[in-house]
Amino acid sequence: MKYLCLVYLEEEKLRAVPDRECMACGDGFRKSGLLVAAEALQPVATATTVRVRNGKVSITDGPFAETKEQLAGFYLIEARDLNDAIQVASKIPPAREGSIEVRPVRQLDPQ
Amino acid sequence: MPVTDPVHEAVNAAYLSDSRRVLATLIRLLGDFDVAEEALHEAFRAALEQWPRDGVPTNPRAWLVSAGRFKAIDGLRRRARFDALDDAGDQADVAVVDTAAWADEESVEDDRLRLIFTCCHPALAPDAQVALTLREVCGLTTEEIAQAFLTPAPTLAQRIVRAKAKIRDARIPYEVPTRAALPERLDAVLRVIYLVFNEGYAASSGALVTRHDLSAEAIRLGRLLVELLPEPEARGLLALMLLHESRRAARTSASGDVILLDDQDRSLWNRDQITEGTRLVEGALASRGFGPYTIQAAIAAVHADASTAAATDWAEIVGLYDILLRADASPVIELNRAVAVAMRDGPAAGLALIDAILQRGDLLDYRLAHAARAELCRRLGRTADARTSYERALALARQEPDRRLLERRLAELS
Repeated sequence: MKYLCLVYLEEEKLRAVPDRECMACGDGFRKSGLLVAAEALQPVATATTVRVRNGKVSITDGPFAETKEQLAGFYLIEARDLNDAIQVASKIPPAREGSIEVRPVRQLDPQ
Repeated sequence: MPVTDPVHEAVNAAYLSDSRRVLATLIRLLGDFDVAEEALHEAFRAALEQWPRDGVPTNPRAWLVSAGRFKAIDGLRRRARFDALDDAGDQADVAVVDTAAWADEESVEDDRLRLIFTCCHPALAPDAQVALTLREVCGLTTEEIAQAFLTPAPTLAQRIVRAKAKIRDARIPYEVPTRAALPERLDAVLRVIYLVFNEGYAASSGALVTRHDLSAEAIRLGRLLVELLPEPEARGLLALMLLHESRRAARTSASGDVILLDDQDRSLWNRDQITEGTRLVEGALASRGFGPYTIQAAIAAVHADASTAAATDWAEIVGLYDILLRADASPVIELNRAVAVAMRDGPAAGLALIDAILQRGDLLDYRLAHAARAELCRRLGRTADARTSYERALALARQEPDRRLLERRLAELS
């Protein structure tokens, strides 16, 4: 089963974990066959929100986040169950600076 | 259900003694709480039909598991026949493949532990852990749990539905944690049990009768856990609950007023519970890996051992609080230690410690901190200070019996 591990960090901690460490972590996951995909994200100031209402596209600056932490990156992993996914998430380096939200992936229903 | 007929009686007896065991095994075999619950009901319905005709089976539990499993698979097959997709049929076949894996005693006992650990999984919200444990492990109805926690039944039902959905959708595994993960996961289970106990014991609100049932339920859960997994802290928690529970009859007057430990009639204490609790504490203390529950139980055991309040070994209690603070530092434990120091060294020594806690900004909204301060000031003859602190405590008291106690103390000052 796939889980998306969303990395949340406060703005000033976006660079608290060295990139090198995150790359090593991703490589480790990949070698163990746990990793589907992983990326780090630019700060939330670079974000654009797109909506379609009544067929019209509306574009606004950034998401309107009320929380101090922002989405800083993600790891899409393959795990047997939630306990395994939690194990993997606890090894993601920014877990010690911010938080990791572990979300199970939902299978789309073709019906 | 009439209980005069011996076969019906056998079905009822099987329900009381084995329905939770059967459910725990069916969840493992069928991989889904709701499917397993439906299968459990089907199994008992089948027992009511077949046992009068064919006689009560030699192993009713195995019969019920087998019947429940068969009914569930049959149901899946029937549904699959109406389904355009083939995988539902495949799923049903997968479940048919394993035979009699559930039969041996050990895996059945493991199923009960699996159920406990799954219901108390830290990925579930704490109130959902409590509700799910009482519903699935103890077999209380949603209405009973709602009543005991003074929560509207629909709210509680929804809490349980959500928790089950999370178990299914996030795939919380049905397993006993590995040795490495055990301490942390066991903590979560112990926390749930102690919360249920305190809800019944401290009677934070609500009718007393239902609340007493909650304490009894927590003790039953504690016993089950000790039986299945005799870890030192599980024994410590059971001891702590028994030792507290032993004082129940002495804790309140006939009119419902609170009687503090010092003033309790110790002949009302339940000796059997004290003996069992003390024996459990001694066992837990002698083993490695005991923790805060065991130390708190040891403190309760020192109180239980004193024939009068004056005979209490306060030096021993202060020593135990020192150990407890090292294991689990918290302002509340510091406060309790301060009270014990006051008993050992006199009120001035205890008051200095309490004032230090309050000056630090801790426990300012904690009723018992102000009540303890008031009591020590009173003993030192500092009546004005005692009055201020009693009034502060009274402003924080939510329960009628607590308020009456504080009002009584205030009246006694003048």
